[in-house]
Amino acid sequence: MEEDITALPASGPMLSRKDFVSDQLVRWCPGCGDFAILATIQKLLPSLGIPREKYVFVSGIGCSSRFPYYMNTYGFHSIHGRAPTFATGLKCVRPDLQVWVVTGDGDGLSIGGNHLIHALRRNVDIKILLFNNKIYGLTKGQTSPTSEQGKKTKSTPQGSVDYPVNPVNIALASEATFVARAVDTDLPFLTEVLRRAALHKGLAFVEIFQNCIVFNDGAWAEVSEKALRDDTTLTLQHGKPLVFGKDKNRGIRLKNGFVPETVEFEPGKPPRDLLVHDEKAPNATLAHLIAHLERPYFPVPQGVFRSVERPVLHELIDEQVAQAKKAGSADLQKLLAGSENWVVRSA
Amino acid sequence: MSEINLKSQLKPDSNPGRIEELEAITIRFAGDSGDGIQLTGMQFTTSTAMAGNDLSTLPDYPAEIRAPVGTLPGVSGYQIQFSSREVLTPGDAPDVLVAMNPAALKANIKDLKKGGLLIVNVDSFNSQNFAKVQYAKNPLEDGSLSDYRVIPVELSRLTGNSLAGLPLTKVQVERCKNFFALGMMYWLYDRPMDSTLRWIESKFKKNPLLVEANHKALHAGNAYAETAEIFGHHYRVRKAPIAPGLYRNITGNEATALGMVAACHLSGLELWYGSYPITPASDILHELSKHKNFGVKTFQAEDEIAAIGSTIGAAFGGALAATGTSGPGVALKSEAIGLAVMVELPLVILNVQRGGPSTGLPTKTEQADLLQVLYGRNGECPVPVVAAATPSDCFNMILEAFRISIKYMTPVFFLSDGYLGNGSEPWLIPDAKRLAKIEVPSIPSSADFKPYKRDEATLARPWASPGLAGYEHRIGGLEKAEVTGNVSYDPDNHERMVRLRAAKVNKVVQDIPATDVLGPRKGKVLVVGWGSTYGAITAAVKNCQARGQAVASIHLRYLNPLPPDLGDILSQYEHVLVPEMNMGQLLKVLRAKYLVPAVGLNKIKGQPFKVSEIEAGVESILKGRSL
Ligand SMILES: Cc1ncc(C[n+]2csc(CCOP(=O)(O)OP(=O)(O)O)c2C)c(N)n1
Ligand code: SF4
Repeated sequence: MEEDITALPASGPMLSRKDFVSDQLVRWCPGCGDFAILATIQKLLPSLGIPREKYVFVSGIGCSSRFPYYMNTYGFHSIHGRAPTFATGLKCVRPDLQVWVVTGDGDGLSIGGNHLIHALRRNVDIKILLFNNKIYGLTKGQTSPTSEQGKKTKSTPQGSVDYPVNPVNIALASEATFVARAVDTDLPFLTEVLRRAALHKGLAFVEIFQNCIVFNDGAWAEVSEKALRDDTTLTLQHGKPLVFGKDKNRGIRLKNGFVPETVEFEPGKPPRDLLVHDEKAPNATLAHLIAHLERPYFPVPQGVFRSVERPVLHELIDEQVAQAKKAGSADLQKLLAGSENWVVRSA
Repeated sequence: MSEINLKSQLKPDSNPGRIEELEAITIRFAGDSGDGIQLTGMQFTTSTAMAGNDLSTLPDYPAEIRAPVGTLPGVSGYQIQFSSREVLTPGDAPDVLVAMNPAALKANIKDLKKGGLLIVNVDSFNSQNFAKVQYAKNPLEDGSLSDYRVIPVELSRLTGNSLAGLPLTKVQVERCKNFFALGMMYWLYDRPMDSTLRWIESKFKKNPLLVEANHKALHAGNAYAETAEIFGHHYRVRKAPIAPGLYRNITGNEATALGMVAACHLSGLELWYGSYPITPASDILHELSKHKNFGVKTFQAEDEIAAIGSTIGAAFGGALAATGTSGPGVALKSEAIGLAVMVELPLVILNVQRGGPSTGLPTKTEQADLLQVLYGRNGECPVPVVAAATPSDCFNMILEAFRISIKYMTPVFFLSDGYLGNGSEPWLIPDAKRLAKIEVPSIPSSADFKPYKRDEATLARPWASPGLAGYEHRIGGLEKAEVTGNVSYDPDNHERMVRLRAAKVNKVVQDIPATDVLGPRKGKVLVVGWGSTYGAITAAVKNCQARGQAVASIHLRYLNPLPPDLGDILSQYEHVLVPEMNMGQLLKVLRAKYLVPAVGLNKIKGQPFKVSEIEAGVESILKGRSL
């Protein structure tokens, strides 16, 4: 975690979790994974040294998008799928703010898929948290862009015919500079991933596996339950080989060019040809390859897939404004007069 | 006043070389969209403005960038009326038509006045081009043009001759022919050429050869017109009696963009303009992008929804915020406009209207989005609406839109249209120091702050942007509880909030100036207009008044809320006539609100009204005929 802390605004008085809890009754279903994520963020933010009034949470529509109401910061609960657009305008006129976007898999990938792609490619300096429960929660249980093919939902009683997308791969394909994944049941790990997202300069995209206890309970059980997750998940570490399993005795390597395979080895003696994670790689090829590791054949990777630097949108805009100011003074009268004008004298 | 009652003109003359005085003249340049017609027209306009005439222009270009050469869909036109008197429209029918090819002739000849001057480039009058536009015979030879004074000019050949010796390609030579034609027109109407010569220099700065070529073509055309004696004599239109001061020529879209920069200056706020390209609004984005030194930030979004989303975000952040588009884009923005109404943030939505529905007539004008901007959203969603009357009025009304939006914390619609956006007129350049400041209301102390606690006079809520300690709050599209702004599903609260949002918009009436009535305060007919019909209505009503008819007109710049004195004014006339470039949208609103038996005069051709059409409408009412 070697991010540059000086990039953040000056620290204010010491805050605690309580300072980030709003007076609104939280209205998610008891047992919803959203609670754990909310608590994690309320605990994380005071440790970042950013004054509370500098935080803005922007969301779209969905259960997850109620998030801003529960944060005692500035918040904007907008319209379905469009949160990245509001966040973009806000951050570009107010670079001093730390802007977080909370979205769901339907909100962010279906109706808002276009905006997500463009916020990512522009490297807007905002943090996007996509709560993925593989279902539409707020509208009571329809298939979502991350639901598996064949999934039976209210709108797909015979099984969904649509093939799902993988949010991490969409983010990588959209040239995101920071892409990560975490699960709502592993709070220490989620905290670390979110901390890194907060410290990243540029767009940080985090997919969070979230359980919808009412409409899709257990969708992530295989990777979220303590008893299983060591064997079903793979924790990414920069510069380290891809190793997983309770006994750290399995790894990923490539055969025949770009085809990944799982190998078993004696604990502590990994073979030399295991894939080594490089989140700073200048292009996203490796990250893509890792992101394509999916159940049931592979463990699900979590952690940071990619973390690179690229100029951020508001700085590029500000630079052009500064250049323009250098090139020409802001003389309104001159501007109004234009280059071709003439005087009419009184007759 | 009598701008359409021109004296007989352009009769063959027995006294060549003489200068004949004219009061007003309307010229239309027409040719292939690759012929540089718009450019030619604009150059002629600048020179005309500098010659001291009052003027008005109407560019009319095809939706296709380059339709097949020589075909009817590829014809581009540019009309200008200039006069020694006040000019309010680009002229009903041209006195002069410059046709660069048979397609331009075919598309425009029906508009040329009988006895009018027709200048054609005969070099393009060949069988190939006739076939493209289904001319069975050469129209210059079959007698079909006997009503006009035809001046055939070998434009391509003469241009080529004038450039002989310069190392130019055939295509480059051909491209100079519009300047040859322009040179001729400058002689014919006694215009100075300096502004065009200067323009050529700066346009081709990097290519001295092209500067020389275009200068030569312009001079050659000028000399040819003088020496070839094809016109007999030339014409002078004296300076118009215009208020003294510094003038420039300005299109509506330019005036809109400059108004936005001025708003930035007058409010002390940074401007955010989020937009997605769409004809005829794109020029505003282009123009603003040039003025970042004034603290303007422009953003070409991925679509219109993102454009307004970014704009609402910027407004939340405390910036002066605007998003511009045309009707199809407004359709996409409507859900977000509802959100802006709900969260009560200040922003301006510009709609440069074009012909619809759907993609409709992208490059033509219409006023058919009035009901869309008034009512085209889910729920009870009131938004103030203002509309510019002339190209330069766009400057005033966009400033007004910003002022209302900030004072009342509401999105505001600014309506323009393709005719205003692209049309131009001379503009008395305002004194920047005398423009009224845009006041940004202060916010209460944090102890007194509640996100939805309203100001008594305006019903506006406080504009507290993120970053202020002690003002942390949440806004959103769910119904708000009065005062606290918390989410509320309480039935009584909802009704109160719906009524409050409407009442707030109605408060804007206190800012609307008294309506100017042109003509008698009581009488037979009142003509009520809005938007770009101003020129045609005003000219027509003045003509009627000159004939002694008891006709008056008013022009609405505030369409929601309507001016408080409107009901009284309407009641003073026996008949109310509402000309609109739609099927009668303002008409519906007026009839519903004031229960007046107003009648519509409707034109839905993608073209502005002619003065004569409005006069005919008034005439019918006076004679008791139905329209
Ligand atoms: C324009 C529009 N269309 C549809 C809806 C209805 N709607 C609300 S939330 C939602 C889907 C939410 O699913 P997801 O983003 O996965 O969030 P979750 O509720 O699961 O957290 C839909 C379709 C809406 N609010 N607005
Ligand atoms: S429906 Fe599902 S996602 Fe929504 S609050 Fe309930 S458990 Fe959470």
